[in-house]
Amino acid sequence: MAPDPHDFLAVDAQLSAEERDVRDTVRKFANEELAPNVADWYESGDLPTELAKRFGELGLFGMHLSGYGCAGTSAVSYGIACRELEAIDSGLRSFVSVQGSLAMYAIHRWGSEEQRTEWLPKMAAGEAIGCFGLTEPDSGSDPGSMRTRARKDGSDWVLDGTKMWITNGTLAAVAVVWAQTEDGIRGFLVPAGTPGFSARAIHSKLSLRASVTAELVLEGVRLPESAVLPGATGLRGPLSCLNEARFGILWGVAGAARACYAAALDYSSTREQFGRPLAGFQLTQRKIADMLVAVNQANLLALHLGRLKDAEQLQPQQVSFGKMANVSAALEVARTARTVLGANGITLEYPVMRHAANLETVLTYEGTEEVHALTLGAAATGISAFR
Amino acid sequence: MTNIVVLVKQVPDTYSERKLAAGDNTLDREAADAVLDEINERAIEEALVIKEANEGEVTVVCVGPDRANDAIRKALSMGADKAVHVSDEALHGADILQTSKVLAKAVGTVEGVDLIIAGNEASDGRGGAVPAVLAELLGLPQLTHARKVTVEGGTVKVERETADEGITHLEASLPALISVNEKINEPRYPSFKGIMAAKKKPVEKLTAADLGLDGEVGLANAASTVLESAPKPPREAGQRVDDEGDGGVKVAEYLASQKLI
Repeated sequence: MAPDPHDFLAVDAQLSAEERDVRDTVRKFANEELAPNVADWYESGDLPTELAKRFGELGLFGMHLSGYGCAGTSAVSYGIACRELEAIDSGLRSFVSVQGSLAMYAIHRWGSEEQRTEWLPKMAAGEAIGCFGLTEPDSGSDPGSMRTRARKDGSDWVLDGTKMWITNGTLAAVAVVWAQTEDGIRGFLVPAGTPGFSARAIHSKLSLRASVTAELVLEGVRLPESAVLPGATGLRGPLSCLNEARFGILWGVAGAARACYAAALDYSSTREQFGRPLAGFQLTQRKIADMLVAVNQANLLALHLGRLKDAEQLQPQQVSFGKMANVSAALEVARTARTVLGANGITLEYPVMRHAANLETVLTYEGTEEVHALTLGAAATGISAFR
Repeated sequence: MTNIVVLVKQVPDTYSERKLAAGDNTLDREAADAVLDEINERAIEEALVIKEANEGEVTVVCVGPDRANDAIRKALSMGADKAVHVSDEALHGADILQTSKVLAKAVGTVEGVDLIIAGNEASDGRGGAVPAVLAELLGLPQLTHARKVTVEGGTVKVERETADEGITHLEASLPALISVNEKINEPRYPSFKGIMAAKKKPVEKLTAADLGLDGEVGLANAASTVLESAPKPPREAGQRVDDEGDGGVKVAEYLASQKLI
């Protein structure tokens, strides 16, 4: 039998029954409830609030965490869900990444039993949204330089500082905020409405528009001792969360790439110029072949890293490998697909320009491509070029 | 407490090309992706809604080859509690009567059934007779083509909808069999918790011999035989109506003649 143009290497044949069920469920949900609306959300720069509830009902939030209302799936299942969501839009996958891999994971991994019991069940259900405050206006790739400070005042903590580019910031019922203390970087759970804490939406984005981005301002925010994540001191805390989110990204972008390839393949077979379909031209076929290779390699890499993660063997440097390689590949596929669609490719009628614009953000968030390259360089040579 | 059995069938995906096998004119199951029939998802949804309102248990009963596992697992991941799967090479080529007999025996292995819910017609064979035949074999009242179902105490009421008779209201005491049409509800998506739980739910595997039907079933014993099949003819050109001021009326007349309005 000829290979399936939409899963050329039969990567999905390697999935377990559970993983296939997750794929089928998310794909159906995404095609029925997300795909028809995503262009409108993108154009308006907003997401409907009931989306969180729907994601929660499916079990998307923190799906690979165990207990506390989470589904407890394999890491590969989580990756597959990210892939199918990002095949629609990177913003939707970002919503799930931030909730599950950053905010919920931080609480699950580093939180106290009380913090887990208070927050995780309602976050899993989508009744409470979380955000993750690490990046600052002047502190991106170098989070150790953060200026947000937490100082002890009696038994309380008082936080001052600003966090920037915070996905879901204005939607969040709880913010996981990382701040410098005398003992190093610590994580704090800041409930929305705490005096001195505010979130302001960042508008005028030209990428990741179907996603809410905010600035968090902390002015003398007073928190009890019980707000500290007890398990984490130092950069290890936030970096462990980023590692989780990057795992979702390296899967997700394989979905975005697939969607762009599929759009280009479909368009090229129906659009005729010089009396034959674009797909019949050698230059187009070269593009189709390059995209086909890139999409399937990205999928293979994601599955391989997913299997390593489920075997608890996945190293952060390997996640950097996947994030760097798959985002670059997806961006290249999106740009190539755009050329196949010509002028139609730049409209919201087709998904490719939306994906291409989104992937420009994905290229630099959760570790820029440069930082991941330096991580790989350090891993290969034993010499750190940036720390 | 309502003890419900839902009949489910794995069918070729309606999006793929569906064929009969060249040798014996039975369904070519390898030619197409296999899925849980969509009408069965609605039957399961209805069972789950009744269970959630009245408490109870939902058992899925399926006759089909081993790979129908996938369809059963989907039913369980939506929220059904357990399954009975009759899988036997000897059933290859079973017709409507045989399938109904097998189903009757399989349903008989479930204790204290109050309600059997089926889809009104599978999207592959489209015979649409199994629910009625099964009800006869089990001696149950049959309330078919339901677009609305209400269970109250020991009574089930349905709104029955057919193209010929329109809407009729039926009522029966339990136990009873109902079949549902595509207007009955919108089936839920399986949740990931449901998908994880489905792996642990009991699926009882049975053969024709287990049901005491050895030697009675399969193509050789079928009461009906498919002699030949032909692909669907290409779609004919549409009917053209010129609007001479009465276009709306003509369109309405056409729709009425097709029983669409």
